[in-house]
Amino acid sequence: MNRRMNTIDGNEAAAYVAHKINEVIAIYPITPSSNMGEWADQFSAEGRKNIWGTIPSVTEMQSEGGAAGAIHGALQTGALSTTFTASQGLLLMIPNMFKIAGELTPTVFHVSARSVATHALSIFGDHSDVMAVRSTGFGLYASNSIQEVMDNALIAQAASLKSRIPFVHFFDGFRSSHEVQKIEELTDEDMRAMIDDDMIFEHRKRALSPDKPVLRGTAQNPDVFFQARETVNPFYDACPGIVQEMMDKFAKITGRHYHLFDYIGAPDAENIIILMSSGAETVHETVDYLNEQGEKVGMVKVRLYRPFSIEHFIKTLPESVKSIAVLDRTKEPGSAGEPLYMDVINALAETQAAGDLPMKSYPKVIGGRYGLSSKEFTPAMVKAVYDELSKDKSKNHFTVGINDDVTNTSLEYDPSFSTEKSDVVRAMFYGLGADGTVGANKNSIKIIGTETDNFAQGYFVYDSKKSGSMTISHLRFGPRDIHSTYLVSEANFIGCHQFVFLEKYDVLAAAVEGATFLLNSPYPLEETWDKIPKKVQQQIIDKKLKMYVIDAYTVAKETGMGARINTIMQTCFFAISGILPRDEAIAKIKGTIEKTYGVKGEEIVKKNYEAVDGTLANLHELKIPATADSKVKLPPTVPEEAPDFVKNVTAMIIAGKGDDLPVSAFANDGTFPTATTQWEKRNISLEIPVWDENICIQCNKCVLVCPHAVIRPKVYDKKLLENAPKTFKHSKARGKEYDENMVYTLQVAPEDCTGCALCVEVCPVKNKQETRLKAINMASQPPLRDTEKENWNFFLNIPDLDRRGVSVHTVKGSQMLRPLFEFSGACAGCGETPYVKLVSQLFGDRTIIANATGCSSIYGGNLPTTPWAKDENGRGPTWSNSLFEDNAEFGMGFRLTIDKHGEYARELLGKLKTDVGKDLTEALINADQSDEAGIYDQRDRVEELKKILDKSDKAEAKQLLSLADLLVKKSVWIMGGDGWAYDIGYGGLDHVFASGTNVNILVLDTEVYSNTGGQMSKATPRGAVAKFAYSGKPLKRKDLGRLAMSYGNVYVAQIAFGSSDAQTVRAIIEAEAYDGPSIIIAYSHCIAHGINMQYGLDQQKLAVDSGYWPLYRYNPDLIAEGKSPFTLDSKAPKIPFRNYAYNETRYKMLTKSHPEHAKKLIELAQEDVNEKWDYYSGLVKTDKSTEN
Amino acid sequence: MDLTTTYMGLKLKNPLVPSASPLGRDISTVKRMEEAGASAVVLESLFEEQIIHEKFEMDHFLAQGTESFAEATSYFPESDMYNFGPDEYLAHIQQCQKAVGIPIIASLNGVSTGGWIDYARKIQEAGADALELNLYYLATDPAKDPRKIEDNYIEVLKAVKNAVTIPVALKLSPFFTSLSHMATRFDEIGVDALVLFNRFYQPDIDLENLEVVPNLVLSTSESMRVPLRWIAILYGKLKASLAATTGIHTAEDVLKMIMAGADITQLCATLLQNGIGRITEIQEGMIKWMEDNEYESVKQMKGSMSHKSVAEPAAFERANYMRVLKSYQ
Repeated sequence: MNRRMNTIDGNEAAAYVAHKINEVIAIYPITPSSNMGEWADQFSAEGRKNIWGTIPSVTEMQSEGGAAGAIHGALQTGALSTTFTASQGLLLMIPNMFKIAGELTPTVFHVSARSVATHALSIFGDHSDVMAVRSTGFGLYASNSIQEVMDNALIAQAASLKSRIPFVHFFDGFRSSHEVQKIEELTDEDMRAMIDDDMIFEHRKRALSPDKPVLRGTAQNPDVFFQARETVNPFYDACPGIVQEMMDKFAKITGRHYHLFDYIGAPDAENIIILMSSGAETVHETVDYLNEQGEKVGMVKVRLYRPFSIEHFIKTLPESVKSIAVLDRTKEPGSAGEPLYMDVINALAETQAAGDLPMKSYPKVIGGRYGLSSKEFTPAMVKAVYDELSKDKSKNHFTVGINDDVTNTSLEYDPSFSTEKSDVVRAMFYGLGADGTVGANKNSIKIIGTETDNFAQGYFVYDSKKSGSMTISHLRFGPRDIHSTYLVSEANFIGCHQFVFLEKYDVLAAAVEGATFLLNSPYPLEETWDKIPKKVQQQIIDKKLKMYVIDAYTVAKETGMGARINTIMQTCFFAISGILPRDEAIAKIKGTIEKTYGVKGEEIVKKNYEAVDGTLANLHELKIPATADSKVKLPPTVPEEAPDFVKNVTAMIIAGKGDDLPVSAFANDGTFPTATTQWEKRNISLEIPVWDENICIQCNKCVLVCPHAVIRPKVYDKKLLENAPKTFKHSKARGKEYDENMVYTLQVAPEDCTGCALCVEVCPVKNKQETRLKAINMASQPPLRDTEKENWNFFLNIPDLDRRGVSVHTVKGSQMLRPLFEFSGACAGCGETPYVKLVSQLFGDRTIIANATGCSSIYGGNLPTTPWAKDENGRGPTWSNSLFEDNAEFGMGFRLTIDKHGEYARELLGKLKTDVGKDLTEALINADQSDEAGIYDQRDRVEELKKILDKSDKAEAKQLLSLADLLVKKSVWIMGGDGWAYDIGYGGLDHVFASGTNVNILVLDTEVYSNTGGQMSKATPRGAVAKFAYSGKPLKRKDLGRLAMSYGNVYVAQIAFGSSDAQTVRAIIEAEAYDGPSIIIAYSHCIAHGINMQYGLDQQKLAVDSGYWPLYRYNPDLIAEGKSPFTLDSKAPKIPFRNYAYNETRYKMLTKSHPEHAKKLIELAQEDVNEKWDYYSGLVKTDKSTEN
Repeated sequence: MDLTTTYMGLKLKNPLVPSASPLGRDISTVKRMEEAGASAVVLESLFEEQIIHEKFEMDHFLAQGTESFAEATSYFPESDMYNFGPDEYLAHIQQCQKAVGIPIIASLNGVSTGGWIDYARKIQEAGADALELNLYYLATDPAKDPRKIEDNYIEVLKAVKNAVTIPVALKLSPFFTSLSHMATRFDEIGVDALVLFNRFYQPDIDLENLEVVPNLVLSTSESMRVPLRWIAILYGKLKASLAATTGIHTAEDVLKMIMAGADITQLCATLLQNGIGRITEIQEGMIKWMEDNEYESVKQMKGSMSHKSVAEPAAFERANYMRVLKSYQ
C-alpha cells in the first residue's frame, strides 16, 4: 500500500489516530498534551470524519477530573471515547480511571508524560505521572518515537477493545510530543483492518440503556466486594497475549513489527539495559554504535509495561545476560527502587523461584534514574551505564546525567563520547520567538522530509520568558531512521539569527571543525567581523568555520516582513547548506510558502516570495581573518555585586549552563530567594522611554501601567543631587505635600524595559510645540544604555518616601510606593502585571501570595530569575504556587494559619501580660492597623516585645517569640487567571466565598487560557474565537462577579486600569481592607486577544465604554452604614460592542472565517451587553429605592 | 407624472438613487430603499487597500507570539479558509440582486491597476448592473507631476473599461485645474457617467486632546452649489451621463439638479438624518412641484437651467461672482 510520508510531531500523530477511531473526545488543556486536544478539535471543525464516517464530537471540560468523568459517562453509554492529558491532569483522572478499569471498559488515554509537580512545577517530560496511575488497572503502553506514537495509538485501541482493559498510551512530553519526525502515516484502511467492528458492537451492547436496564456502580459490603474485585483476573491474564496479537496483526498490515518487549543488540550480550519510551532510542543508537566497535551489549525496549507479562519479558532476555541496568525516568522517594527496576527484579526472582530462569546464573541487576523533567539523556550517559555494568561492583540506585554531590548517586560520564554519524546533517538555529525561527525550521523539515529521501528530525527548545524569549532549534537530516532523542551536540551547521546572542550565549559551543556558521548581522559585511566578541572570533578561527552573513532585518524591512526574518533565514540555510540544489530548494520554499500562507491571501504569499528573492542578493560569505582582534568582550552574566547564590547558581542557569549545577547547589525543599530578576539584564528592547521633565505633570500614570516596573518615580530632597550623573534629570516636585526643596525624578531601567510603549500611550501630556511628543517618548536604546544605566543605579540609591506620608489612595500617591514585583518575564505590554505590581506596591511588605498555575505563576516563579522583590527593610511578598485547581483553598489555608497563630499569639500575650507589661500588651492586642502608620507602630511594638521575650526562659515566651510577627497585619492574596477562577478552581473559589475568610482574590481575567495557548474558558465572551471555540464561542461568558455578589458577604469589584486607574486603586484598597472574602475581576488585555499590545489600554477603555465591561464595586461594609453596597463606576454604553470587539483578532477573524455566523454572534453579544448593563444599572436603581 | 430617466443606459423609474454609504450594507435596508421609491442603489465602496490591509493584519496577529513559548506555541485555532473581501462584497451584490428589482450599482476603490481590473471583473461577474469607480488621489508629494496624476486616472478608467462590459461611472472630486478638460478626456475613453462630486473625510483638530480627528461632516443643501455649477456647465457637452451628489436633501434640490442637467441625483446625508422614508417624501415633493408648475416629465426639465440653456450662461461662470458684488453696490 502506498502510504503518505508526513513530517509531524508526536502530539499530532496521536491525535490523528485517536480522532479517526473515536466518537466522543473530552479534554482539558495541559502542557505538553494540549496540542492533541487542539488537533482533534481542529480536525472535527474541518469536518474530518472518523473511519466510520462520522465527525467525532470534541468537548472541552472544566478540568481533567471533568474530562475523565465525561469520558467515563461516554464509555458507559457505549461511545468510543478518549482524552489527552499529562502530569497533574492524569492525576486528576485517577478516581475515574479506577472506575473505568474496574468496569472493564475499553478506552485509550493518550498521555504526553510529564513531571508531576513536587518541589517545583515542571512542564517537561518524565514518567512520574504515568507511574502514579499504575494501580488503577489501566494498561500502560509506551511509545518511543513519533512513528511509534502513531502506530501504538492504533494498536492500543485495538487491544483495548478486544481485551476490555483500558490503556494509557504514553510517550515522553516534549521529547516525543513536540519532536517533529518524518513518518509513514497510517491510512483509514489500516485502521479499519485493525479495528474489528464486532468489538465495537460488543462495547455498545454493554452500554447503559433504558431499553435493557442494568445497574452498574453498586455499593458493596465486606461479604462480596473482594470476590467481585477478583472477577477481572482472566482479562488481565489474557491482555498481554491480546496486545501481542494486535502487534502481529499490525505487522502484517504495515510491516512494522513490535513486541511487548523488544530486544536490540548482540544475541550473546552480557550487559543489557532495560527502559521504555524515547530514551530507549538513544540506548538503541548507542548499542548499535558500541557493537559496531566490537562490544557485545544489548537492550530491551519495554512497550507494554502494564499488565506486566513476566513470561514475555523473560523470553526476551538472551541467555547470555549477566548484568542488567534498569533505567527509570521517574523518582519514587522512599521506595526500595523505582518501579520498572522493581518489576524486573520481581520478574527475575519469580522466574528463578519457579526454576525457569534461562540464564546460567541469576544476573546482577542495578537500577538508576535518568532524564527527569526532560533532562538530556545522551549516548555518553548510556555508555556510562554500560561501563558501570562492566564493573565488578556496580553502583545501584544510581542517577545518570547529573552531578549528585550530596548522596553521590550519579555516574560519571564522558560528555565528548558521541555516536553521531558523519552522513547526518546536524543543524542548530538560535532565534528569537518573535522572529519566526522555529516556524521556518518546521517548514525546512517538512521540505526535506517530503521532497527528499532523507529522514528528518526537529526538536525545539524555548526559554521560559514570554517576552524576548530565545529559541534553539535542533535539526537532523540523514539517510537512516533517526534514533537520536537528544539535543544536537555536534553541529555542522549553526545559524545565529540574532547578533546579540553572541554576547550572551556560547552559540558556537556545539560547532564541529569545519562547520558552517550563518549569522544575521545588522552591520555591513565589512564591519561585521569587528563587532563579533573576541572569544567568538577565536572559536570561529579555531574551529575553521565557514561563515556567511546576511542583514536579514534590512531585507525583511525592504520586503515588508517586519520583524519576521523566518523566510529569509530559511532561504539562507538552503542556499548554503547544500541539502538540496539551490534552485530546487528555492522552488520548494516557495511551494511551502504557498501552502502555508495561501489561505491568508496572495499578498502574503507575494511578500514572502519577495523576501526569498531579496535574500540571495544579500547573503555573503565572510572571509575569516587569521587573528581574533575584536575589542568587544563578553560581559559577565550577572554583575559582581549580585548575591552569591545569584552569582553561583542563577547566573549559570541564565547562561544556559544549568545542567552543570550539582545537587548541592539547590535547597532541598524547593525554596529560592526572591528579588532575582534585578540581576538578569536582558536588554531585549531596541527602544526605551525617555522622560521630558519640562512638560511632565507628575501624574505617575506611566508608572502604574508599566507591566515590568521599569518606570519609577521618586520625590526627594534636592541636596541628594550633589553626586548625580550628568544626564540625571529632575524637576521641581509638584503637589502641596512637597516643600520647595523637594524634587521629582522619573527614571527608566534601560536594560529591563521590554519596549511595549504603554507608558507613552497613557501619558496625558502633549508637547505644545510638537504635539506628536509627550512627556515620555520612545527612543533608541543602544545610545542611551550606558548613561541611563548609570542614572538608574544612582536613582536606586535615593531613598523611597516614607510610606506613612504617601496618599496611597490616589494613583499618583500609590505609584510613589516601591513596586515589589519587577522585571518579570511577562509579555511586552502585558495586561495582567500592572495589577499584580499595584498589589505589591500597596501591601507588598506584608503580603503572602497563593498563585494558581498559569501565566502569573510562570512569569512570577519560573527560573532562572523571579520578579517578586523586597523593600529596603528586606520585607516583601512571599509567594507560592500549589496547583492549578486548588489555589483558592491553598490561599485560604494561609489565612487559617495566620488567624490561628494570631489568635494564639494574643492568647500567649494575655498569659505573659505581667512579663510584657500591661500597656504594651494592650497596645499590641488592640492596635489599629488600618493604615501604614498603624502597621509601622505595631511593627515597632513587636520588636519591643521580641526584645522582652528574648530574655525570658518561659515556654510561653518562646512560643510567642516564634509567632510574634503574626501580630502585625498580614495580607493574603490569591491570584490566578480565569482558567483557574472560572473553570478548574471555581469549586474551591466558591467555597472560599462561602467561608467568609479574609482573603483577597485577584482574577487576572484574559478571558482565555493564555498560558497554554488560548483555549476557551468560561470567561471567554460570546463571539470570540478561541481554541475549542473555532467558530466563535456560542454562549455568553459567566458573570463571576454576579455569582460572587449573590453571597452578600463578598466584596466584589470589576476593574480595568486602562479605563479608570483611579477606580482600580480604590477597589484594590477597599478589597484588602474588607474583613472577609474579596474578589477583584481585572480586565487583562492579552496577546491571546490578537491585538497590538501597545494599544491594550485603548481596548480596555473601549470595553468599558461599550458597556461590555462595567466597572463596579460591591462593598458589604456599606450595608451596615445604611448605604447601598453597589456602586457602578462606569457610565452607560457610548459605543456599540462591535466597535470594541472588531479591533481584536479573536472577534474579527470570525468575520473572515465564518462571516454569517459572526454576524449572528455579534448581535447576540450586543444583547448580552445590553442585558448586563440593564442588570447592573438596575442594581443602582434598586438599591436607591431601598434606601428611600 | 413621468419621472423616468436614463442613467448610463439604465432606464430608471425616477432620478432618486441612494449613493454609496453604509446604508447599502444591509439587505433589508436596500429592500426598504426600493420600497421607498429608490430607482437604483449604489453600494458602499469595496476598498482594495482595506482588503490588503486586513490580510496583512490577520497574518500578523495570528502569527504574533507563536513558537515563542513552550506551553503556547500558538494562540488561535488554524482555519483552513478565510474570506477576505471581495468575497463578502460580491456575495452582497448577489444577495441584493436577488432581493430587489432595481439596478444595483457597485462601487470600487482600488490601489493597484491589477486590483482595479480584478475586482471590477469580479463585480461584473457577481451581477452588478453598473460600476461606480471611487477614484481619488490626494497629491501631497510636491515632486509628483500633476499631468502624471491625471494620466493615472485615465489609465485606471481605460483598464476598467477594457475589463468589463457593464456601464462604468467615475466619481470625481472637484479638485482639478480644469475639470472640463478632464471630463472631456474621460468622456473620450468612454466613461458612461460622471458622478459629481465625491465627499471625503476631512481632518479636524480636537483642541481638547490635540489630535487630528478625521470625520465626515454630513452635507447640507448649501454644499450642492459646487456640483450644481459643474453639472450645468458640463451638461450637453459629453456623451456620458451626469449624476449629482452632495447636498441633495429636498425635492427642490433634486429639481434644481435636474434642471442643471443631472440624469440622476444621489442621496445620502438626508437619508442618514431622516431615514429611508425620505426618498418617498422627496418623490412626493417633486411630483407636487411639477404638478403645481405644470411639468409633465423629468425629461422635459432636464438641463433646462444648464449653462447652455439659460439666458445668462455667464451666471455659472466667474462673472456670476462679479455680478453679485455689483448688485450689492
